[in-house]
Amino acid sequence: MAEVLKLLRSAPWSARFGLVVILFYVVVAVFAPVIAPFSETEIVGAEFEPWGEPYLLGTDNLGRDMLTRLVYGARNTCVFAFITSCLAFLFGCFFGLMAASLGGWVDQALSRFVDVMMALPSLIFALLLLTILGTSVPILIVVIAFLDSSRVYRLARAVAMNIAVLDFVEVARLRGEGLGWIIGREILPNSMPPLVAEFGLRFCFVFLFISALSFLGLGIQPPTADWGSMVRDNATLITYGDITPLLPAGAIALLTVGVNFVVDWFLHKTAGLRDDQ
Amino acid sequence: MDKILKMIAQRLALGVLTLIVVSLIIFLAVQLLPGDLAQAILGQSATPETVAAFRRELKLDLPAHVRYFDWLFGIFQGDLGRSLANQREISELIGGRLLNTLFLAGLAAAISVPLSLVLGILAALYRNTWYDRAVNVFTLSSISFPEFFVAYILILILAVNMGVFPSISNVSGHLEFWDRVYRSILPALTLTLVVVAHMMRMTRAAIINLLASPYIEMANLKGIKRSRIITHHALPNALSPIINVIVLNLAFLVVGVVVVEVVFVYPGLGQLMVDSVSKRDIPVVQACSLIFAATYILLNLTADILSILSNPRLLHPR
Repeated sequence: MAEVLKLLRSAPWSARFGLVVILFYVVVAVFAPVIAPFSETEIVGAEFEPWGEPYLLGTDNLGRDMLTRLVYGARNTCVFAFITSCLAFLFGCFFGLMAASLGGWVDQALSRFVDVMMALPSLIFALLLLTILGTSVPILIVVIAFLDSSRVYRLARAVAMNIAVLDFVEVARLRGEGLGWIIGREILPNSMPPLVAEFGLRFCFVFLFISALSFLGLGIQPPTADWGSMVRDNATLITYGDITPLLPAGAIALLTVGVNFVVDWFLHKTAGLRDDQ
Repeated sequence: MDKILKMIAQRLALGVLTLIVVSLIIFLAVQLLPGDLAQAILGQSATPETVAAFRRELKLDLPAHVRYFDWLFGIFQGDLGRSLANQREISELIGGRLLNTLFLAGLAAAISVPLSLVLGILAALYRNTWYDRAVNVFTLSSISFPEFFVAYILILILAVNMGVFPSISNVSGHLEFWDRVYRSILPALTLTLVVVAHMMRMTRAAIINLLASPYIEMANLKGIKRSRIITHHALPNALSPIINVIVLNLAFLVVGVVVVEVVFVYPGLGQLMVDSVSKRDIPVVQACSLIFAATYILLNLTADILSILSNPRLLHPR
């Protein structure tokens, strides 16, 4: 505990800011029903009410309380993005580590497959797949995780490649350890720092991606509260100089900025992994 | 010279191969659907007759490889098939919109490329000053902003509060060139803000890397002016990575237009694609995907070839 505090004290202001933002979002997401004044999909008043009592941030295009939707949006959007990036990591790391430690034709087959996937821009690929499979949340999560895992695979493989040739891995092999043991006990622990940083960046990417899809009306479907679709639904207010639709968009931006700051600091800590600094 | 030609030929061959594989994926993705496409689109309530008619119309009754080659040859003759939603020729739907999209991406590139080069070089020169730090924070944040956030902020400030530019880009019909530029300036600015950060950071990194090399130090010691060192010694050698980043960002621009077009109701290919996705108009989505993917792959290929050509070590082999 003391060590964690010491580490935090050494963090630059940008990283502290990022950590506070992330903590804030987590609290809001967890305690959404307690914080929100109304329930998620309840229509409480007229459409597009201005800011004030009892609707602190006004109401949306259907007369639902904006603040409530924002709070629940934190829960829905972030949780979807989190699950998706976890899945992407699970796929990506599993296959990446397998490719690196097995080598040979497994590596070749997987790598060429990923090459082809990366030749298509992911938004276009996602749109194509969503047309065919339809837009429901489980499909959305699987499609994005699938597309994103190719990027994770690249990194996991590259990192693990460097470790798989080191002596202690060779020793473990000679000792007769199985593949699972070698990956789990030798390679994985040594490739953690870049993978953790990548997880942060991936989360940002997935989060922006889901929001963009929702904004296009192809992501999380109503009546689930979600920031991307909230921007879309209330965008007309902008033309009257009302900044309400910017709030969900800003909420998205704030979280990604926060995560980026923390990742930046983390990369700095774990030494020169980022060469453009 | 032979070596370069050979390398370029290799890259071209690889590019063509990628295009073929991608066209296969776009075509075969439809087969992914468990069960029958016609049934899935028409829904449970469709009678067997309508399903059969629909299958015939989509030529789903033919084997997959026959359909693929039909589709591919059709594309080479400019025939992209018909839209499911309104039965119109897809080539007719796409024609003008593709030009609009390319115009928008081109405009954004014309603004963002010089801007990011200048900003990047300045950041490299005045490294670790407040300017550099400010630029760093700005770029890190603008990378994390969703496109529509940037777009609506621009609309709020420039269109609503100041009233300088229109918030909706109506570019249909015949327009004078500058009128067209005026109407598409807001989407172009949005795209610029999204891509400038990355290009600038890479320019900065490339120049900083070079400034540390011995021959720059030598030039410094000879007493050459700083501006001349940059333009004559550093920049030519930094070209290769910079060109690479620029072209990759152009590839990103072409895809990034999708969201921006929807925000500004800009009549481009991206909007058509999004509309077709929500209508599940598969032939149109396939055609749009193919065009986007081909542009993306061609630009990536160009980046590859240009970076070979701008590398002096490859141009003058010993």
